[in-house]
Amino acid sequence: MTLDLARGWDLVRALLPETVLTLWAMALLLDAAWHHRQADAQRRAGILALIGIALAAAAVLALWLANAQATGAPGSVAVDSFRWAVDLIVLLGAALGVLFAIGYLEREGILIPEYHVMVLFAAVGMMLMAGGSDLFVVFLGLELMSISVYVLSGIDRRSRVGGEAALKYFLLGAFASGFFLYGIALLYGATGSTKIPVIAAQLAPLGLAGHPMLLGGMALLFIGFGFKIAAVPFHMWMPDVYDGAPTPVTAYMAVAVKAAAFAALVRVLLQAFGTIHPDWEQVIWWLAAVTMVVGNLIALAQRCLKRMLAYSSIAHAGYLLTALVSGSVAGAAAFLFYLLFYTLMTVGAFAILALKGRGGERDVRIDDLAGLSQTHPWLAFAMAICMLSLLGFPGTAGFIGKWYILTSATGGGYPILAAVLAVASVVSAGYYLPVVMAMYMKAPAHDQVHAAVRVPRLAAVTLAVMVAALLVFGLWPNLVLDAARNGSHAFIPRGVISIAAPVPASH
Amino acid sequence: MTAFLAAIDYAHWGVSALLLIPLAGALLIWAAPEGAAKKIALGVALLEFAVSVGLWWAYDPAGPPIQVGGSLPWIPAWGIEYRIGVDGISLFMVLLTTFLMPLAVLGSWSGITKREKGYYALMMVLTTGMIGVFVAMDLFLFYVFWEVMLIPMYFIIGVWGGKGRLYASIKFFIYTFLGSLLMLVAILVLYFNAGRAAGGDYSFAYEHILRYAALPMSAQFWLFGAFFLAFAIKVPMVPFHTWLPDAHVEAPTAGSVILAGILLKMGTYGFLRFALPFFPSVATNPTVSAVVITLAVVGIVYGALVAMVQPDFKKLIAYSSVSHLGFVVLGIWALTIQSTQGALMVMINHGISTGALFFLVGMIYERRHSRLIADFGGIARVMPAYAAVLTLVSLSSIGLPGTNGFVGEFLVLLGTFRTHPIAAGIATTGVIFAAAYLLWAIQRIIYYALDKKENRSLTDLVPREWGVLVPLVVVILWLGLFPAPVLRRMEPSARHFIESVQGRPAPAVAAVSPQPAVRAALRTLAVADSASSGAVARAGTPQP
Repeated sequence: MTLDLARGWDLVRALLPETVLTLWAMALLLDAAWHHRQADAQRRAGILALIGIALAAAAVLALWLANAQATGAPGSVAVDSFRWAVDLIVLLGAALGVLFAIGYLEREGILIPEYHVMVLFAAVGMMLMAGGSDLFVVFLGLELMSISVYVLSGIDRRSRVGGEAALKYFLLGAFASGFFLYGIALLYGATGSTKIPVIAAQLAPLGLAGHPMLLGGMALLFIGFGFKIAAVPFHMWMPDVYDGAPTPVTAYMAVAVKAAAFAALVRVLLQAFGTIHPDWEQVIWWLAAVTMVVGNLIALAQRCLKRMLAYSSIAHAGYLLTALVSGSVAGAAAFLFYLLFYTLMTVGAFAILALKGRGGERDVRIDDLAGLSQTHPWLAFAMAICMLSLLGFPGTAGFIGKWYILTSATGGGYPILAAVLAVASVVSAGYYLPVVMAMYMKAPAHDQVHAAVRVPRLAAVTLAVMVAALLVFGLWPNLVLDAARNGSHAFIPRGVISIAAPVPASH
Repeated sequence: MTAFLAAIDYAHWGVSALLLIPLAGALLIWAAPEGAAKKIALGVALLEFAVSVGLWWAYDPAGPPIQVGGSLPWIPAWGIEYRIGVDGISLFMVLLTTFLMPLAVLGSWSGITKREKGYYALMMVLTTGMIGVFVAMDLFLFYVFWEVMLIPMYFIIGVWGGKGRLYASIKFFIYTFLGSLLMLVAILVLYFNAGRAAGGDYSFAYEHILRYAALPMSAQFWLFGAFFLAFAIKVPMVPFHTWLPDAHVEAPTAGSVILAGILLKMGTYGFLRFALPFFPSVATNPTVSAVVITLAVVGIVYGALVAMVQPDFKKLIAYSSVSHLGFVVLGIWALTIQSTQGALMVMINHGISTGALFFLVGMIYERRHSRLIADFGGIARVMPAYAAVLTLVSLSSIGLPGTNGFVGEFLVLLGTFRTHPIAAGIATTGVIFAAAYLLWAIQRIIYYALDKKENRSLTDLVPREWGVLVPLVVVILWLGLFPAPVLRRMEPSARHFIESVQGRPAPAVAAVSPQPAVRAALRTLAVADSASSGAVARAGTPQP
């Protein structure tokens, strides 16, 4: 299916998933306003939101399977497999965010049906970021997403730390948006366009040397992205925000928000700046290395589970950056693969934390899980699998993902960065294993310590499916592997716009 | 027997069955009631041993280097296959594993009292992991098994271990993990290098990488370093050995037996299979070789000296492992056929003798809840059978002629003397120290006066313990008196190993056969070898 984005209907078809989700979210907002006083309004909104997500995912899948391609002049949205792949991951993150939130919000007495509406609006923003082929569309998506998530992180109005987190996130996020916007402006000044393919075509003959405006634009853009993906040294806001927000929101931020920001970064790096790869590889190299090392080292010092997971997600941002350093198609495929399973294992870990804790889960220490394997063997097993997968242990999908990233890094000619990743992973064993150790090898403080942990059926089924996916795809990753490779084909150079692509990891 | 095995098509499913039976056993244990766990585990382990025995005949010493296996596609996008096989080296490692596992289950019978299902299920998973490491002929598969077997061991130490189990288990895990992740990066570099050299045919198959990988010398040093670190930690060689005393002492009896008997051999197996054949010019580099041999000799002497002063009998045996494994590394790096065969023999013997020693320690620990040598004394009077077995096993660990220990260490020293006489000379003192620390220890435990009240009521070996010890004693005597069938099966693989290391001095050359002259020399050596090993076998009968 080819779509000419200059024609109105084709543009609508290209934006079908976003359109569906936006309309659904608006209708849901009205519905929520009508049912606000009812006790189960929150649950009803949650289930309706899941249906909306399913519809949007169906639209994405239809477009992907129809092999939609754009023709004609470059439009402001990309129509390619990378976008569909990221859309699906974002929608998965949103669905999981809603699924685990339903029970959580009920338990915590946060009976606000608009929660789910905000999740949907944020997802629309993320999909725009993943699909934006014009930096302004990316920026619009960024703002839509960010504003929704600012609201989400402060959604529990009784919680002081939640309010603090929301305000902190808002202030620093606005600051980052400023950087991002100014970067776009400078790039426009240097190349005369905000459209990514046009920027790429302009840059190819230009190069960076002797163009301070271009250099400045790139630098500001990188800083903006650095904030959003929480790469060291732009990560300072992140632990406090993750810590203060309600746990399902934290999980949503850790996976979907990060996924969208990363997707936009991948598109900018590989499409807009693909021709000048030698000029930015060093920047991403160091960003990746420092993020991995610092994230892991700080996580090692955490005793509080929620903060530990927050820092570990910084470390994972470093792993994802490693996939991008080579600027290759294989790197993009590794990125997609890792992102999918990062989403599953991170949400899984946060969901189990949410089940264990009360009132924001800020006080759950790693040792508080002691003896969980005796009272809740399956919950402990799920947590152990999530931890081992985050660690990248063979037999779990996290290992295949890490292997893929290492493959793309060594294949692209960065064995030292691969070695840094390996050593950083060893450090991460120092904080993932104590969780396993506490659950299985330490005795609980007293018999009733886990008596309050109840697993709602919905959460139990979801967790079981996620853990099964982590294990099954850890052994037979072929299906997802093919999808990820297909998703990365969007960056195979065609026509005038060429991308330096070192050897992909294939026959 | 060979005809029978061919008739049932053993070569096609034998090794895969060895990997699948324990996994099925683990599921069965998990589904069965708590009380049945150990019985199922014992049954599965015995079945596993019975199936593995077929390998003895299915492996043909005159055949190709890698046999009895096959391959199935697994992740074709990356050239990853489920590819397995055995040679004369892995054959014995597999047999050692399947031989020790039923004994390990039997040895845990009364020692493990809590969460039995989990324990025996993990033992089964561990069996699959260990056999997988020895039979994997695809580097990805190898890596997966190498790591997977960490988790069951981590839990066995951490859940069922002694007082310091938490610290010991995480130390064990992180040490191994560090080495193996760097090896992973090295594997990937090799993979890309070999794939490019093969004209875009990317594969993790062992032979493929062995054949095509051709890296510049400087890169080879780094990659060798990564492999070496991973294996040296596992062996463990001094100075990477500090995890070993903790893990061995804190692990439950069967855990210690498996750690010492099998897990440590994975390191030396890795040297034989990967580190040296992949990077022969680095391994034969005079500096590298000198450093490794020095570390091996230091390990032999240091391990023995530290063992001598241990007040804890279990820790003493743990340190003696450092010393014995030093012999293995020395034998491998001496690069003669005799020393390599000797190294292989020491690998087997150490598994048998040290395994038996750990069982024996476990037996008195279960009775007395102490492992301190000073808490015993004169127990030969109340436990005569125990004392006799302990003496015999100790003598085999020391390397007395007539026991298995003698054959291996003698061959290592003999082979090493040709290329590194000084190292061989120093290493010989290790044998003397071994006699000192073990004889002194058993003297203090079973002889002297029976002066502690608690020791007077100790019971002698019960039938279950006899069941554990008799097979070990039989193997000790068999290998000591008649090692020729074992040596004959090892010899082609040992020669293949030497050829692949010494016959390929330059990095650029692929798939090399040795020069005719070298081959002729090797043949004469081999003849001399089988003659001398026969002589060893004959001379090995007990003499005053």
